[in-house]
Amino acid sequence: MKIYYTVAIAFIAMTALSCKKDNYTPPSRALTGKLVYKGEPLQLQYNQVGYELYQYGFGLVGAIGQFFTQEGNFSSVLFPGDYKLTVTNGSVPFIWNKTAAGKPDSIGISLNENKNLNIEVTPYYMIRTPQLSASGGKVKATFKVEKVVTDIASAKDIDKVVLLINKTAFVSDDGNERIASTNLAGTAITDPNNISMEVPIPTIVPAQNYVFARVGLRIKNLNSYIFSPVQKITF
Amino acid sequence: MWVFIFPYNIIFNIFSMKRNILILLIALLTGLGSCKKDSEFLNITPTSILNNEQAFSDPAQVVSILANLYTRQADFSSFNSGWTSFADFGESFPSDAGSYGIVQSNQWNYDAWNSYNYGYIRELNLFIQRDSAAKTLSAPDKARFMAEGRFLRANYYFEMAKRMGGVPLILEPLLYDFSGDPTYLQRPRAKESEVYDFVISEAEAIKNLLPATANEKSRATRGAALAMEARAALYAGSIAKYGANTPLVSLPGAEVGIPFSKGNEYYVIALRAAKEIIDGKDGYALYQRKADLAENFAQLFLDKDNTNTESILIEDYKVKTSKVHGFTTNNQPFSSGEESANGDAGRLNPSLNLVESFEKLDNTYAPLPYRDASGNPIYYNNPIDIFAGRDARLAGTVMLPGSSFKGQPLDIWAGYKLADGSVLTNQDASKLVPLPGTTTPVQVLGKDGPYDGNEKRTQSGFYLRKYLDPTPGAGSRGTNSGVAFIRYRYAEVLLNAAEAAFELGQTADAAKYMNMVRARAGLTIPLTAADVTFNKIVHERRVELAFEGHYLFDMKRWRLAHIVWDGQQMTVSDLLSNIGVATKRNTQPYGFWPYKYYNPGNPNNGKWLYDIVLPSKVTGTLRFRLGNYYSQISDAITSANPKIVKQPNQ
Repeated sequence: MKIYYTVAIAFIAMTALSCKKDNYTPPSRALTGKLVYKGEPLQLQYNQVGYELYQYGFGLVGAIGQFFTQEGNFSSVLFPGDYKLTVTNGSVPFIWNKTAAGKPDSIGISLNENKNLNIEVTPYYMIRTPQLSASGGKVKATFKVEKVVTDIASAKDIDKVVLLINKTAFVSDDGNERIASTNLAGTAITDPNNISMEVPIPTIVPAQNYVFARVGLRIKNLNSYIFSPVQKITF
Repeated sequence: MWVFIFPYNIIFNIFSMKRNILILLIALLTGLGSCKKDSEFLNITPTSILNNEQAFSDPAQVVSILANLYTRQADFSSFNSGWTSFADFGESFPSDAGSYGIVQSNQWNYDAWNSYNYGYIRELNLFIQRDSAAKTLSAPDKARFMAEGRFLRANYYFEMAKRMGGVPLILEPLLYDFSGDPTYLQRPRAKESEVYDFVISEAEAIKNLLPATANEKSRATRGAALAMEARAALYAGSIAKYGANTPLVSLPGAEVGIPFSKGNEYYVIALRAAKEIIDGKDGYALYQRKADLAENFAQLFLDKDNTNTESILIEDYKVKTSKVHGFTTNNQPFSSGEESANGDAGRLNPSLNLVESFEKLDNTYAPLPYRDASGNPIYYNNPIDIFAGRDARLAGTVMLPGSSFKGQPLDIWAGYKLADGSVLTNQDASKLVPLPGTTTPVQVLGKDGPYDGNEKRTQSGFYLRKYLDPTPGAGSRGTNSGVAFIRYRYAEVLLNAAEAAFELGQTADAAKYMNMVRARAGLTIPLTAADVTFNKIVHERRVELAFEGHYLFDMKRWRLAHIVWDGQQMTVSDLLSNIGVATKRNTQPYGFWPYKYYNPGNPNNGKWLYDIVLPSKVTGTLRFRLGNYYSQISDAITSANPKIVKQPNQ
């Protein structure tokens, strides 16, 4: 009996003493948003276009690095405070403003409550009116390519356009993010307002009666893609 | 002392005489003992540690300090960092389940290949400082050690520049004053060109302080300083020239990127430095000892004799010491391997991408003839026949099906190809299977592979020959190999000279230097001045210097990396076309599998045919992003020193 009391007292003591929280409060403010051109979200490659958040005032400054999703979304859960957001520079399919010193510019964000932010940028190209359909064991696509940036200094050529299909909703030109693809070199495009492509659907193991497809445009010398939205196509 | 005597006098009066004398004696002794100054008493010279002055008093001791510094040089591919540092880039397939990631990932991280070892730089700076303060070393010793320290420092700065671009140039040991404010120690990155300028000027300053002999291999010589200078100047020149093709790969402060206008200047320096070795009297020459040119090329990397006139600077290894390596153990052919039972063999398999790029002896490029014009297989009496009439460096670099290692023929074949085109094989080579229409079980797979997914045996159809040590025991874990890694060699100097001469428009000279290297490989039809093109230069370096840690950096400085590794899938027709073109895609390592033909009654029965195979483990496509041109400087460094600017495109 005596031992039971001792054990019980020990447990009560432990419970009482451990009542204090032993951790910091987790970050709670969600910063979300997307990259848009005239309100229309940019479709990117998964894990390729990165952004960085900096918070000043706490000694050492290091970036909180993240990537945009393939729909052009971003989200980070943060502590309240003042942040600066920048896109990791260079090889992205849109123009990000630069400072006079040639470094990527940043957007100041004051985060006191949850915030949704649409970042307006200018893409080099947009894929317009994509029509994707499946028939006869093939996925067919027709679409237009709009050249958004046209001034000679900053315009870029098309390396190629590509029609991609994959088993899962992640679709890109990477080896494990597509099961089949068809390329059309930029120089072979005769009418950018009327491009049609098709790709045969390979045997999928285990069998499934749908694929995810999208059209991509690879920009020359940037090695970067802009896409149409991913579509689930049942056949 | 008198203070202590006083109480003893009182005690003297109280106690008996005899004891008092004793106490007095003790007191006296204590007094005498404490006569030493505190500083003398407390400062005892340690018997197990040498101070700086002692360490730099004897040449043998300084050499042992230097030995440590030599070992810590960073090599991209090195036996210390293991066989995987030779793999990757589409040139080979890793037949090791733990390393399939090399061919399964789609891209390299931004921090891949970084090197930022300022601890090492500090110790080199300290070495230089202490050597110049040494009092008892003889003047020639002192000068040579100093020059070696400066060589190692310059060579490491060059290595950092290759990977990181411009880095802070710290040329003296920095001391922290413990004031709580370290900002005075924070240095910004130098311009990329400034680092190369530093390497070049150091080489010029020390070259005559170093021994001018080809017989010194593991320590810096005049030749090593000049070879470093030539390579560095060539890198700087090509970054200036070809960097113009990738304007995005630059920083406004020129920490990355060299102005186009400076290119020529660097090529001139590269050519001059290379010529100083070529025309000099230090005794460097191409290694030519064996009549069989392939054998000769393989031997060049094994022969670390002082009389190997080709190697200029090596990282030496020695069996029966702790400085040995398991490169042979890891990569030897499975059938004759000394550790095959323990699962250690055949990891690095050269790819068909590399193998097919070796020229034919008439200086043309062609895929290996495995199909005739109408697409039917071509049959060979011996598996090695298909490789006949090629650059001798092919068989010197790669073990081909039908060749042998250590006198033992390799057993590389993927099975029996039957009349209907199907394949009879078995994952376990020791398991015998009867052929169709027969009852006697026979072996249906080579003991050396290839079978898709059978690790530690070739999966590409080839084994590596370069560096593989045929000495008995060299492939066993208990003994390991003492083959040296060559950091600079004469053939590369010739190719550096050829490239610099080509870029300066001196194509006749370029052809002359290239022909020297090519003649040693059996390519006896000399190139004319008009034959030397950029493609030819790129090709020559790829095949001559394969698996020596050059390929990545060459592709980077020519700004070809993002084109060659563009993340696109490689088809067989991609593989077979445009051989010898610098921009040819190399994103997936292909294999080339030999089969025995089984079709009794057919004239080709028992002959050999080949198939091109993409090993199923190759699921990724290599993509070199623009942000990979210069390795990431970690956030820890940039936040500790805000003066460090980040790399472009990351």
